[in-house]
This record gives sequence, C-alpha cells and structure tokens, in this order.
Amino acid sequence: MGAGAWWTYRPDDLLMVSPRVYARLFELHNQALWPAQPLALALGGLALIVLLRPGPRRTRLLLMLLALAWAFVAWTFLWQRYAPLQRGIAPVAALFGLQALLLAGLGLLRTGLHLPRRWSVRRGIGIGLFAYALVLHPLLAPATGRGLAGAELLGLTPDPLAIATLGVMAMAEPARRAWALLALPALWCLLSGLTLTLLGAPGAWLPPLAVAMALTARWWPTPAALR
Amino acid sequence: MASPLPPPRLLSRRRLLGGLLAAAAASTLPAATLARSTTPLTRTLPGTDVALPRVGLGSWITFNVGDDPRLLEACTAVMAAFFAAGGRLIDSSPMYGTSQATIGHALGRLEALDRVYAADKVWTSRRDEGPTQIEASRRAWGVPRFDLLQVHNLRGWEGHLETLQAMKAAGEVRHLGITTSHGRRHDEMEHIMRRAELDSVQLTYNIVDREAEQRLLPLARERGIGVIANRPFQRKRLIRRLAGQPLPPWAAEIGAATWAQFILKFIISHPAITCAIPATTQVEHVRENLAAAREPLPDEAMRRRMAEYVRGL
Repeated sequence: MGAGAWWTYRPDDLLMVSPRVYARLFELHNQALWPAQPLALALGGLALIVLLRPGPRRTRLLLMLLALAWAFVAWTFLWQRYAPLQRGIAPVAALFGLQALLLAGLGLLRTGLHLPRRWSVRRGIGIGLFAYALVLHPLLAPATGRGLAGAELLGLTPDPLAIATLGVMAMAEPARRAWALLALPALWCLLSGLTLTLLGAPGAWLPPLAVAMALTARWWPTPAALR
Repeated sequence: MASPLPPPRLLSRRRLLGGLLAAAAASTLPAATLARSTTPLTRTLPGTDVALPRVGLGSWITFNVGDDPRLLEACTAVMAAFFAAGGRLIDSSPMYGTSQATIGHALGRLEALDRVYAADKVWTSRRDEGPTQIEASRRAWGVPRFDLLQVHNLRGWEGHLETLQAMKAAGEVRHLGITTSHGRRHDEMEHIMRRAELDSVQLTYNIVDREAEQRLLPLARERGIGVIANRPFQRKRLIRRLAGQPLPPWAAEIGAATWAQFILKFIISHPAITCAIPATTQVEHVRENLAAAREPLPDEAMRRRMAEYVRGL
C-alpha cells in the first residue's frame, strides 16, 4: 500500500489470497500433519470431558492443552503457512504465541481459573461452543464442497481453536482473567469472519456468531447476581 | 528481453516439460484462433525500441500460491498459455506475497527467460533497503536483470528513483517507472512525471475508472512516457457487475466476443496506453485476454460509445 494512504483501501484490497489458495491451505496442512488428526480429536474429547466434569487439576490440564494448541497453531499454521501469503499474519502469529503463554501461565497456577460444575446458561453456551468446535466445525468443509481433506480441526487450525477457547472463557472465573483470555480468540473470529466473507466462503457468519454467543454468556447474570 | 536467446542444446527434461505445458495450453485452441493470438498488437515503449504486446499479465493475488505444487503447476500453465499467445510483459511486486517466486518457478519450468519482459517494483519506505529488495526480487524471478523496475505506489519515490537511475546507467535495469493504483495520488504522480526522467508509469485505468484521461494520459504522451494500465477489471468487480448484462450487438464491430475483451479493447485503444495487465488464474482467460490485443480496435467515436453504454447499464 502506498505510504499514508492505507486507510483509503477497501478490506478486499488488503486480502492477498484467493478462495482456492485459502482452501488449499487447510488441505496441505492436513496432509503435512497426518496422522495428527486422530490425536487432536482424542485430546479435544479429553478436554470436553474436563469441561463436563471439572476439577482444579483437570482445569489446569485443560489450560495446558489449550496453551499447547495455541502455540502449535501459531507456528505450524499461521507462521509457516499463512504468513508467507498474507501480510499482517506474522504479528497475529506472535499474538497467538502470547495467548499460549498466558494460558500456560494460568495453568501453572493452582488457582488460575475455575470452571463451573453446575449447569447454567453461561455453562451451557460455553460447553456448546466447545463441542461445536470439536465435532461440527470440522464437518463444515465437507458439507460445503471442500472435502474432508480441507477439514478444520480443533488443535490444528485457528478457527475451531478460537471458538473452543471462547467457549471455555465464556464460563470461566474469575471474570477478569477470563476476559483477558477471551479477547484474542474474539478478535481472531471477527477477522476470520471478515476474511471468509471477502472470499465468499459459506459459513462466514459462524466465527462472529461464536463471539456474540461468548459475549452473551459472559454478560448473562450469574445465579448469585440474580438472588 | 531479460536475456539473449539461449544457445541451442539437447532436449532436457525441464525443456521438454516446458514445451509440453505450452503445447497443452495451446492445443485446445482452434488453429485459426491460435494463429491470430500468437501475433498480438504491440506498442513501442516511448523512447525505446521495445515493442510490447498490448496485453500483459499481472500477478496480484493470482500468483500468490506459496509452495503449493498443484497451484504452482496451474500458474505455470497460465504463463505457458500467455507466452503461447504471444504475451511478454509480466508484472509483479515484492508486495504480492509469493507471486515473484511463482513467476520464477514457471519461467524456469518453461525456459522462458528469453520471452518475458520482466517488470517488477521496489516497495519500501527506506531508500537503503531498495537495492537489497530488488536483488531478492531478481533472485525470486531468476532473471539476470529486470527489464522494468518501478517505484511501487510512489513509496519513497525520490530515493528509489535515484537508485533506479543509477542502475539504469550501469545497465542493471533497462527501464524505470513509478506506479499507483485505485486512482490514488494522481497529483503526486503528475508532479513526478513532470520532474523525473521516466520510461513508464503504471496506473489504474479502465472503462469506468477514467480519471487518468484528464491529465496523466495526455501528460504521458507529451513527455514520451509509456503507460501500463492496472486493475483493468477492478479485480473482477467490473466483470461481475457486467456479467448479467448483454454485450451490445455492435461489440462484434470491434471484435469483442466477451465483456473482458470489450473492456480490454477500450483500455488499449487509448493512444497513451502501452498495455494493460489483467491477472488471471485461468488458461482460458489468458487466451481471451490476449485475443483482445488484435484488430479491430475501437476509434475515438467508438470508445465514447462503449463508455456511454457501460455507464448506462
């Protein structure tokens, strides 16, 4: 872009990849990582069990798994695959790394984060988002004609990881820490929604919807506040 | 040319592959079409002896494919079709992601260094980074030197033009220029065109983006500067907008069978325009584009009619 004139460009002027290149990113990523996909699904299932039956040690395990996933996606997908094609992704990869450090830091603390045991609207939305990211989001690619080879899996690609993290942070306490860890996943989902919209990809509304649901959950009154 | 013709040699695997790609790209064309499209109309870059086909090839987005082997081959097929149809000028920039490396890959596969007019850009605010960036671009293309180097979007233009002028004097680049796009910074471009010794300018010009006609295109003719028209289709937006509309019956009078040809013929028939540089991922489209660079082209009265027709849609 010309110096001093970047703000006059339309969003699609800043997008450097075509739909076919964006789709191929995930196909090549899956090819390169195979057979990591079954392992990612298994670890995702383990994380879902933790969400359903939380406890202090299990919550720390969940945070460590998320930290590992954020670091892995930052390096293998954003930095190695996406950043060479799209300007602006390299700093995003660094932010993903920062998110990994924050999650790992909280995971090291004995009382870093608490997950609710009792069912509530907030917990329902949080677990729903996580389950969607784990089970349904990978099916979006085959359902929209991109084939199973282009499936986006939790732990390996950014969108389901961001949505799953939104789910966890939507219900976690204390609120201040949860908000801090919700910010980057929310920003990524908005960026992803914009990218998919510009590419004309089906399901572009899903990541922003996940943000809206996570915010709704966070702002939903707690039972204590209602009393 | 980027380099003299290579000496005759035995058929190598690479050369065979390049020939097969070019043949494959050309094989589906009817013989008459191929014969016509291999001789596109040319226009001499003012002040030089370089005759350029009036349709070139851009690389923004379309060639930014990373190291994906499947898409690299698809881009190679596009370039094979481009050369088979008589194209020469390919334009890129260090701003275009991995496009330069894609072009370099295809030029190597096709052994087409002798056919390409290599146009690239310098794109950095710092003058001292210019030579390093240009050298990195040259290595990515795999050319011995660039035919045309341009200051991208006027970024750091004063310092970079001094660098490019020194390179031209040393024979390290043949021609130099400046670029802008989206109709931006025309005042500054006009100022530079009046002040600097330029071989070429690149700007956005098409049948709906016509601001350049007011001052820049007349000035280019007056100063003997070539003009490369970028964004001929507004990055597909113009084609999509017109896609549902019928071509006027009189489009046949100028040999335009499609909207893309209609638009390209409008652009390249302006007397100041040296060539247009549409980008594409499709072999069929590159043939269609090159086929627009042949007679008949519209005269001034027809150009007015074309513009009015599109404005009325």
